[in-house]
Amino acid sequence: MKYIPTIGVECHVQLATKTKLFSEIDNDARGKEPNSCVSPVDYALPGMLPRLNGEAIKFAIRAGRAMNCKINNYSRFDRKHYFYPDSPKGYQITQFYHPIIGEGYVELPSGTKVRVEHAHLEGDAGKLTHFDTYSLVDLNRVDTPLIEIVSMPDIHSAADARDYCKELWRLMTFAGVSYGDLYNGNMRFDVNVSIAPEGSDELGTRTETKNLNSFRSIERAVEYEIKRQTKLLEAGEKVVQETRGWNDATGETTGQRSKEEAKDYRYMPEPDLPPINLTDEFIAEESAKLPLMPADYRAKFNGHLPNDTLEILLDYPQLIAKLAEVDEFAIKKVANWFTSVLLAEENTSLLNDALPSENQLEELVTMTDKNELSSTGAKEVFIKFFDPEMHFKATREIAKELGVIQENDLGALEAIVDAVLAKPETQKAQEDYRNGEQKVIGFLVGQVMKESHGKANPSAVQEILKKKLA
Amino acid sequence: MKIANKTVTATRLVQDALAKAEFFKSYNIFTSIYEEEALKRAAEIDARIAKGENVGKLAGVPFVAKDNYLVEGTKTTASSHILEPFVAPVTSTVVKQLEDEGAILIGKVNLDSFAHGSSTENSYFGPTLNAYDNTRVAGGSSGGSAVAVALDIVEFATGSDTGGSIRQPASFNGVYGLKPTYGATSRYGVVSMASSLDTDGFFTKTPEDMDLLMSICAKRDEKDLTTLPDFYNETPAKEVKKIGVIKDFDNDSVDPEIRACLKEKCDELAKKGYEIVELDMPTLKHALAVYYIICPAEIASNLSRYDGIRYGLRSDKAVSLDEIYGNTRNEGFMKENKRRIMIGNFVLSSGFYDAYFLKAAKARTLIINEYAKAFEKCDFILTPVAPNPAFKLGEKVNDPIAMYFEDVMSVPINLAGIPGLAIPAGKTESGLPIGLQLLGPRRSDKQLIEFAKELA
Repeated sequence: MKYIPTIGVECHVQLATKTKLFSEIDNDARGKEPNSCVSPVDYALPGMLPRLNGEAIKFAIRAGRAMNCKINNYSRFDRKHYFYPDSPKGYQITQFYHPIIGEGYVELPSGTKVRVEHAHLEGDAGKLTHFDTYSLVDLNRVDTPLIEIVSMPDIHSAADARDYCKELWRLMTFAGVSYGDLYNGNMRFDVNVSIAPEGSDELGTRTETKNLNSFRSIERAVEYEIKRQTKLLEAGEKVVQETRGWNDATGETTGQRSKEEAKDYRYMPEPDLPPINLTDEFIAEESAKLPLMPADYRAKFNGHLPNDTLEILLDYPQLIAKLAEVDEFAIKKVANWFTSVLLAEENTSLLNDALPSENQLEELVTMTDKNELSSTGAKEVFIKFFDPEMHFKATREIAKELGVIQENDLGALEAIVDAVLAKPETQKAQEDYRNGEQKVIGFLVGQVMKESHGKANPSAVQEILKKKLA
Repeated sequence: MKIANKTVTATRLVQDALAKAEFFKSYNIFTSIYEEEALKRAAEIDARIAKGENVGKLAGVPFVAKDNYLVEGTKTTASSHILEPFVAPVTSTVVKQLEDEGAILIGKVNLDSFAHGSSTENSYFGPTLNAYDNTRVAGGSSGGSAVAVALDIVEFATGSDTGGSIRQPASFNGVYGLKPTYGATSRYGVVSMASSLDTDGFFTKTPEDMDLLMSICAKRDEKDLTTLPDFYNETPAKEVKKIGVIKDFDNDSVDPEIRACLKEKCDELAKKGYEIVELDMPTLKHALAVYYIICPAEIASNLSRYDGIRYGLRSDKAVSLDEIYGNTRNEGFMKENKRRIMIGNFVLSSGFYDAYFLKAAKARTLIINEYAKAFEKCDFILTPVAPNPAFKLGEKVNDPIAMYFEDVMSVPINLAGIPGLAIPAGKTESGLPIGLQLLGPRRSDKQLIEFAKELA
């Protein structure tokens, strides 16, 4: 029997706000001492009350609009109770009953539409590190604003699950609401997987594999679950509804908590925070701040760039945004330098630096088009754009300093060619060429190049040689 | 109230207060006394007064705070074992507002542990005794605050009122006690009991003093998003004509002497030309049940943070994580705390939420509406605070339902969010104070206080 998988995804996105969701403490704890970004509110001292970070509301609106979602005029917070040292208050402040972000959809590069059921704002938990006989708690991450995006079960393959997550990542980074650093947990994914016989109206029993933090692991975990569940059903066994964990080393999911063991979170309206009432004007104002999104770039570059180049560039919001700024004639070449030079393994560190200006890039394309630069020369200049000593200089200036501008003046080239042809060591080659051995022209071009200290344009040299030796 | 000046020094006022605190030690009012700090602050204030500086509206006035108010560098126990070792690193908004006007905190006073109770007998540090009869309860939960003012140790005290915790001890000890409109004063830095019901108010000996304190403290606070925009000092004067009495509270469950006292006050008012309006408020009989669902639910939630991980007590018998939670909370909470935590978790649990919490929340809306309708028929309402005067120590402590019934006439207004001012209205034959409460619509706090001056 053929089974059709059905997949839904829950995605947690840490918002890159300046301060935390409920206090004025720095939200960016990267590289800081444990428990150094914690206010009395985050620490849950007695009598401390949450405040609400308006920036998080604005980010949520932008995030929602990036997913074509309706933004709800009325939303409010609820308390989700559980005891664990990562939760100082003993509850998480979340939006269980009235989320800020309503229905919407995400369109994948393949054209598949995945509907978003809703997305809500909530505070993140702290982090525990376990040792042999004790554990340590770091509360720096407590109440970092999160939005949790809940998809409808519209995905039917591991590849689409991966593409959906990747597209979410793109939307959130393009919208500028998250740093999108997966390795550091800025975005975390839970996948719900079930399978059902082809043609069946009912969905199968699902499992939830939690805390995936790379696109590769999402795809592998979903593949694994589909295979595991298929095997179970084929053997006449049942899939147990449970929470599962992913082990990246073994490539397997393992059961963690069944439905019966599920916690009762005792949800309750958060009495310390008044409801959020957003006017249509405010929502429109914030939505308008959304920069170009992947779909906009796809439309813009359609026909100018091959799809695979475009999809690669869409993983780098700053590159695609820069590309959108350069003049149309330069797009193809600049895209090529981005993908083949900047994204080459040996150069990726350059990505952290400021990008060249569109003037520098356009000039580089013009010089190349005019044969003033060879492709190798252009590449050298391109790399120098990222050199702190050079990046502010004009393209031509950098090329001059590097000495890579090609000699295109035919008169000057002719003089060099004549000089080379007069040399005794080239006489045999000239003879051979005239006798029909055309490939020796390469040797002669090389000699001219040497004489010109590499500045001659090799194709122009070749043409001159051919004429002279005819 | 006595404000320090060049002849009556702050030091003198503080010394007097400290001497009286010592004299009435057997009443078990204080959880801590800040003798050294208070005298130091008094000396500073005296020095400023000597220089002719304006120290503030409460220059040198000694006061006490209920021990659920955080004050930086001092213990804040909430009269509990679990917070016994806790030293606050911040100061509550209300205490700061008072200190900014020159008031001097001389100590913190007793309450029912986490304000759960109506007699101060649930304190980890033992009960506070009634100011008029030391075999009787102080009332609660702000028992220490009421007795400190009634015994004239201080001019005023802070309290908190979630279901009557200011008004009932005020009435048991013959002082004024105001439960302000929800959101009139800041809850920041006061140990939360039930967030949607908690209000912070005061005990005073006169309505004038109450007005002064409210004019200072009834302010919007950015640290408490449930505070209202400033309204108190801009409240227009009100011409009061009609006083409502609630028929539903006039029955045999209320002590005859209290009923007689209310009647006498009404007759007095009628003689003065006020119209007495009888109100049918049938929804109010559900208020106690509604309160004892919503309040424990919020308590269970708010007390979750006391887990032995970050501050306060941690059981030394605990090894595993579950034991840290279980043992710490078992040792650290009093019986009544645990009872409310269990009720609260029950009414919030999956499968019961709709039947209990949600239903109670809907009934709460009906109660709010019932008061709104009542205030279309009258300006203010006058009712007893509690069904009886101060009862004997130990009389109800083992009967939680009888103890909860103490709150039957005080909790409805916490559910409705309206203000209530307990006023001393008379004495029983045996000399126990009887208190009545004046209720008004939301934001009528100042008008209530003004009217109380007329009743005094």
